[in-house]
Amino acid sequence: MHELSLAQSVIEIIENAAARDAFARVRKVWLEVGLLSCVEPDAMRASFEAVSRDTRAEGAVLELVAVPGRGRCPSCGTLSALAAREDACPSCGGYGLRPVAGTGLRVRELEVE
Amino acid sequence: MCTTCGCGDGDTRIEGQGAEGWHRHADGTLHHHAQPGAHAHGATDPRRLRIEQDLLAANDAHAARNRARFAHDGIFALNLVSSPGSGKTTLLCRTIQALRGLLPVSVIEGDQQTRRDAERIRAAGAGALQVNTGKGCHLDAHMVSHAIAQLDPAPGSLLLIENVGNLVCPAAFDLGEAHKVVVLSITEGEDKPLKYPDMFAAADVMVLNKIDLAPHLSFDEAACIGYARRVNPQIRVLRTSATTGAGIDAWVDWLAAGARAAARSATQRAGPRGVVA
Repeated sequence: MHELSLAQSVIEIIENAAARDAFARVRKVWLEVGLLSCVEPDAMRASFEAVSRDTRAEGAVLELVAVPGRGRCPSCGTLSALAAREDACPSCGGYGLRPVAGTGLRVRELEVE
Repeated sequence: MCTTCGCGDGDTRIEGQGAEGWHRHADGTLHHHAQPGAHAHGATDPRRLRIEQDLLAANDAHAARNRARFAHDGIFALNLVSSPGSGKTTLLCRTIQALRGLLPVSVIEGDQQTRRDAERIRAAGAGALQVNTGKGCHLDAHMVSHAIAQLDPAPGSLLLIENVGNLVCPAAFDLGEAHKVVVLSITEGEDKPLKYPDMFAAADVMVLNKIDLAPHLSFDEAACIGYARRVNPQIRVLRTSATTGAGIDAWVDWLAAGARAAARSATQRAGPRGVVA
């Protein structure tokens, strides 16, 4: 359940944003989740609900936006969709594709009032 | 159907592709909702703020500071990760004994509860600090920065950070280490690298431990290494038995070489500019 500490980071990012750009409440959070980032959407959602209690994000809607994985083949250089790290290159069949997208986790946007 | 975005009919649901529970909106993006209608748009005009901040940025900043300290002091720091019960602590005790008189070693022990592992390490003859994460399932770089402030590892030494036994969560958290080392005991089954690919992708070294038990098991070592290299073609493989001492020499040689290289580059950095040592 590392989602719990990741959800705590979301709250910290929100508090830092509130310090810069005064707002009382967060209504919605857009969180980009890389599909290779080892985050379970339901665990992330439950964790966010738990850690947002008694904060300005309590009751906010968490909108998870998936970022599909992409990888580059170390053997032939082909860039392809990567659903799992152990997938083979569709072009040459080689393994060990280097992820170039879909590993990140970022708060993209907030809806505040 | 999602009542919010009008994204119900014709939406694609992806299964078996690492995207269970996600569904595709008309604009092609994948979304995940708590329940249908959970993100229904309100009546009032929203004020939106662009944030664009990485969730791991704070951890990574602490990790960068830890890494800078290790580089400055020539400390070779390793982050040891595995399932519970892989024999990490026994391997560390054996390692400490083998390095006695050759290289100063200190250990940060991560566990949810108890000081038992730090006590075992101290009994083996190394400085150790226990970090109890409570409900936490991994060490993070901030915990490690406090631990190194207290433990104060000697310049030019080896620092072994034994993470919480867990093959999932510690993969995402950089501690500032030179390498992640994944310890896999051969009692666990050869397909672990495929079941937990993130960890095997993040590690530079895989230590196959408990190899003395091989005659009693049906563990397919070649398949295991093949699976690990599918995820991470560069992964270095070492074989050890912390019980019999088999393979410990090669492991200790690798540790000592890394520690020498870390100490050498710290000395070079500290030397006068333009002088090549």
